[in-house]
Amino acid sequence: MSSSTPASATDGAALGAGSAAAMPQLPEVRRRGFIHRQPTMVAGLACLALILAAALAAPYLGTVDPSSLRPVTRLREPGSEFWFGADQYGRDIYSRTLYGGRISLLVGVVVGVASLAFGILIGLVTGYYRQVDRIIMRVMDGLMAIPAILLALALMALLKASVRNVIIALVIPEIPRVVRVVRASVLSLREQTMVEAARALGAEVPRILRVYILPALVAPLIVQGTYICASAMLFEAYLSFLGAGTPPNIPSWGNIMAEGRAYVQRAFWIILFPGAFLAATVLAVNLVGDGLRDLLKVK
Amino acid sequence: MLPLIAQRIVATIPVMGVVALTVFALLHLTPGDPAEIIAGDYATPQDIAKIRAGLGLDKPLLTQAGIWLGNVLRGDLGTSIYSGLPVTTLIGQRVGPTVALTVLAVLISVLLAVPLGVLAAWRQGSWIDRSIMIFSVSGFSMPVFWLGFLLVWVFSIRLGVLPVQGYQPLADGPWQFMRHLILPAVTLSLIYMALIARMTRASMLGVLGEDFVRTAFAKGLSPRSVLLGHALKAASLPVVTIIGVGFALLIGGAVVTESVFALPGIGRLTVDAIVRRDYPVIQGVILIISGVYVLLNLCIDVLYVVLDPRIRY
Repeated sequence: MSSSTPASATDGAALGAGSAAAMPQLPEVRRRGFIHRQPTMVAGLACLALILAAALAAPYLGTVDPSSLRPVTRLREPGSEFWFGADQYGRDIYSRTLYGGRISLLVGVVVGVASLAFGILIGLVTGYYRQVDRIIMRVMDGLMAIPAILLALALMALLKASVRNVIIALVIPEIPRVVRVVRASVLSLREQTMVEAARALGAEVPRILRVYILPALVAPLIVQGTYICASAMLFEAYLSFLGAGTPPNIPSWGNIMAEGRAYVQRAFWIILFPGAFLAATVLAVNLVGDGLRDLLKVK
Repeated sequence: MLPLIAQRIVATIPVMGVVALTVFALLHLTPGDPAEIIAGDYATPQDIAKIRAGLGLDKPLLTQAGIWLGNVLRGDLGTSIYSGLPVTTLIGQRVGPTVALTVLAVLISVLLAVPLGVLAAWRQGSWIDRSIMIFSVSGFSMPVFWLGFLLVWVFSIRLGVLPVQGYQPLADGPWQFMRHLILPAVTLSLIYMALIARMTRASMLGVLGEDFVRTAFAKGLSPRSVLLGHALKAASLPVVTIIGVGFALLIGGAVVTESVFALPGIGRLTVDAIVRRDYPVIQGVILIISGVYVLLNLCIDVLYVVLDPRIRY
């Protein structure tokens, strides 16, 4: 049963959870059941683990210095010496791809976490304090009306090309989307009896937010964070490809492909391999996100 | 219905006001002197002073904001620092290819994705459903420009049947126009297709369990007429919504696609302006595109009422 099928998989997960609760199962059986119920999520996790391991262990996987220039080997075809070929400066694409993965994964994870952190903070405040809600939500609506890539590009035009600034430029367009999710939940939760009771008992606002409201947000935000991570990796590549992203001296999947674009006809491998890694990574993260959404029953 | 439309239009005014102010603030919120950043590393103090005066950066901030909003309302988006032409003229020159590209991409995606979504929902759980959904999630995950280069490599370089890049206006003949536009449009449509197919399927699954669908099947209507005539109409609202929301993704994709295929559209204009730090052009493009996005979603809000007479705001 595919897990990327929202409704059916949710049913499946619900059924599975029900039967697991009804009769105690051996851990082994339960684990096999998980793979059976969520095959695509397991595939995504496995693929992600492989790519992460390859990026982290890059120095030990037969790579050379990803920036060493060797004019003799320029545009060498993929073969036994250069598994993924060499670019116009004779640099090894295999090494560049593995090292480049570090930047893409770093950008994805940091953008995901930072967007959630800022979004939660702003969302809790706007949802709970109605005085500031009006102003902040107007600003958020305005920010959301600007397509994310354009906003990120415009920010990059004013910032120096660096990994940190790419992260900033990608976090800002994501914040309003997190704020909306958080705010909507806060608005419905703050009217619930438990919150009313806590308030009557004299609980301070930070405690109410932390104890009664934040826990309910964990599941939807984990799922959203996963999707933000996936799209941040794509957007990093877009920015770098358009010449407004990670600086050329740091290999990232995006700027390896950007440098290869002039050689599409003669050396397609410069684009082919980093792009395939990027697509596989983003696909894996999206599959994990779909799986989490089904497991955590997030709509 | 008319007061309703008027009400929706009025509701978009504050949003556009915030967009205009955000676009204005972009230039001022960054650390350092924007005139220096725009002038670049090799500028003389005179260049910087000229840019500062040209952008009105020497005036107080509130005055600047007032002038910017006033000019925008009169349809004046400023003058390009690089070419000296009005931003509206530049955008006007480049709008053709972008409109052609996005319209064709939307047509391709809607025509393919809606039937795929319906099919997947009808055959839920089958291998057809599963392959359509795998195709859909892959569509989200593929870098747009990478797909573009793959298509170029296969169709233009290996098979040699289509041009590698470039643009031919429709005025020069529909055949050449389509030959140049088909690869970019297919490239751009994939992500949109993924989005629409997924939403169509989810929405159809909700509707297919309803009584009226069972009744329609029970009275012997063909699956085709039940699915497309009855169920799809009831399931169309979320699909129409996602088409509107997805427009932001589409524009982002268009910027990248135009870059891959060297189409002289708004996307190229934006990227060139960013490389040259031509800020008035960047601001103008963002404002116009956000305006189109907001207007499009306004139209969709109005379309809701047509599709579902029960909706009253």
